[in-house]
Amino acid sequence: MDFFIQLLVNGLSVGFLYGISAMGFVMIFKSSSVLNFAHGELLAIGAYIFLVLVTWAQLPVYAAFLLTMLACFSLGFIIERLFLRPLIGEPLIFVIMLTVGLAAMFKGLILLIWGGNLHTFPDFLPEWLTFSWGAVTVQPVYSLALVVGLSFLALFGIFFKFSSQGIYMRSVADNQRAALSLGVNVKNVFALSWAIAALVAGLSGIILGIINGVNVHDLSAIGLKVFPVVILGGLDSIGGAIVGGLIIGLLETLTGGYISPSLRDVVPYIVLVVILMLKPYGLFGQVEIERV
Amino acid sequence: MKRRFIFHPCGNYHEKYEPQLNVYETDYGRLWTAVGIVMLFTMVPLTSSQYILYVVNSIGIAAIAAVGLNILIGYTGQISLGHGAFFGVGAYGAAYLATRWEIPFMLSVPAAGLIAALTGLIFGLPSSRLKGLYLTIATLAGQFIIEYVLIHWESVTQGTMGITLPTAKLLGLEITGDVRFFYVIFTLLILMLWMAVNLMRTKYGRAFVAIRDNDRAAEGMGISIFPYKLLAFAISSFYAGVAGAVWAYYTLSITTEPFNLGLSVEYIAMVIIGGMGSMSGAVFGAVFITGLNEILRWGTDLMMNMGLVSQLGLNMAPLREFVFGLAIVLFILFEPRGIAEVWRIVRSSFRLWPFSY
Repeated sequence: MDFFIQLLVNGLSVGFLYGISAMGFVMIFKSSSVLNFAHGELLAIGAYIFLVLVTWAQLPVYAAFLLTMLACFSLGFIIERLFLRPLIGEPLIFVIMLTVGLAAMFKGLILLIWGGNLHTFPDFLPEWLTFSWGAVTVQPVYSLALVVGLSFLALFGIFFKFSSQGIYMRSVADNQRAALSLGVNVKNVFALSWAIAALVAGLSGIILGIINGVNVHDLSAIGLKVFPVVILGGLDSIGGAIVGGLIIGLLETLTGGYISPSLRDVVPYIVLVVILMLKPYGLFGQVEIERV
Repeated sequence: MKRRFIFHPCGNYHEKYEPQLNVYETDYGRLWTAVGIVMLFTMVPLTSSQYILYVVNSIGIAAIAAVGLNILIGYTGQISLGHGAFFGVGAYGAAYLATRWEIPFMLSVPAAGLIAALTGLIFGLPSSRLKGLYLTIATLAGQFIIEYVLIHWESVTQGTMGITLPTAKLLGLEITGDVRFFYVIFTLLILMLWMAVNLMRTKYGRAFVAIRDNDRAAEGMGISIFPYKLLAFAISSFYAGVAGAVWAYYTLSITTEPFNLGLSVEYIAMVIIGGMGSMSGAVFGAVFITGLNEILRWGTDLMMNMGLVSQLGLNMAPLREFVFGLAIVLFILFEPRGIAEVWRIVRSSFRLWPFSY
């Protein structure tokens, strides 16, 4: 029973991290219906920038954190300006292939600069973030993750529902040409959504880095594990990303604990295929009536 | 009617649909293709060294797989991220059939293609009834699941041990060595290219293109999208499987390692760089990527020998990944129709000289 509870706690915490990592991905999908295959590399870039600022430049943690966020936000803008703006109005397939190319490019670049070894952050989280209820103790990282995850969930919910930019984003995702002809500034929408997504990705990259250490192979694998998570949760639902992440995380640790450790990394993809078969729009995704 | 030798007309004079379906606009094209094939089969094996022949053979195998992926990406507008895994399924299928049931080369290669196509159907079935790019995501899942199965289904694949294949025999002749394989691979490539080109002229090929261009309009014209998308996916997996099977016979010993996501991305790079929606493009892409691979390997070796970088300092895999990614990105941004389009422009500017633009 103890083993089960331990697996449960592990699974939920891993799953919550998947959920947070998936939020940036959903952000891009919701604003331009682009599947971003470079998401894992965005996670890794955030983590590595933070690593450099903390260990090499020896900046205080708060300054390093703010600078990383700023760098990720501008990186999103730069990616949009250099790579995505020329493709506005082109078929979606080009944009998606472009993200496949970007993923290979960024991964190669990171490996060339930092190599494939595992790096770790120094321990910097304050003690007061530790919570304990009876036997269960929540590590400071996880409470940080919880705060970040829930606040972004609320922020994104409000943003897409009420702000004009959020509504523009949904319109672009629905039909780019129609949005263009109705006067939506698609360039701004792309720029802003990539910048926000890169920022969220950087943030989740840092959190993942605190827990697992920073390694580009692991982080880009998580970037691909985002796909089962969002298919389960529903491609365009931010809350669904969190729920999907929790379920996938639980399934992973339970199969890892009870069936076979090697099956652990494949289970999410099996779930993906099953979900596509049974409930293709996921748990919370918007069902498109048109089926072509 | 007596057949006349057709030269380039100075305009578009088609009065019927049939001439537009022709593979060759003029008889010059037909002639050049024949000359090219004869040159390829006589000159290359005689003049090139063993290493060059090995590279040429790798190009041929990659081109078979790339032509298949081009049918899916370039003509049907769906992306597969599992092409490398289907290549692996073909390789293991051929290896299993050849070692366990001693099925001859002639049969095991197409059978391996069919196995890959059936595996493709399993992953294509749930996704291609949906609009949008669900097939891409399903093939991503397929990539990981197939990799896992290849490693862990030990009774068939012998896990990480790998399988050693017997020598291929064709019509009583043992196919050993690069020269004999050259003839087998390139005969097969030409056959598969011929099949693909002619497939695109049939009802099915036109349906694929219609789905790519506008799926709603295609549905409105009475094309049922679901079976056609699945068919395109199965055909592309079949090509990957055949290429994988030949590759397995060529290398003689296969393990599970090469069939990862990186290989799938390599094939996508071939299709994009060569030119989506162009049969010659897939071949150009295979030449470019395989050549780039060899140049990078050669370059890093040279730099290491000259002592510019230390053994540890420069690993080839990340550099290769970076260059592939960069090539994909640059081609999408600046020449989305790939090398095939560059080639067309160069050719037509010669033809239209001195009035080229």
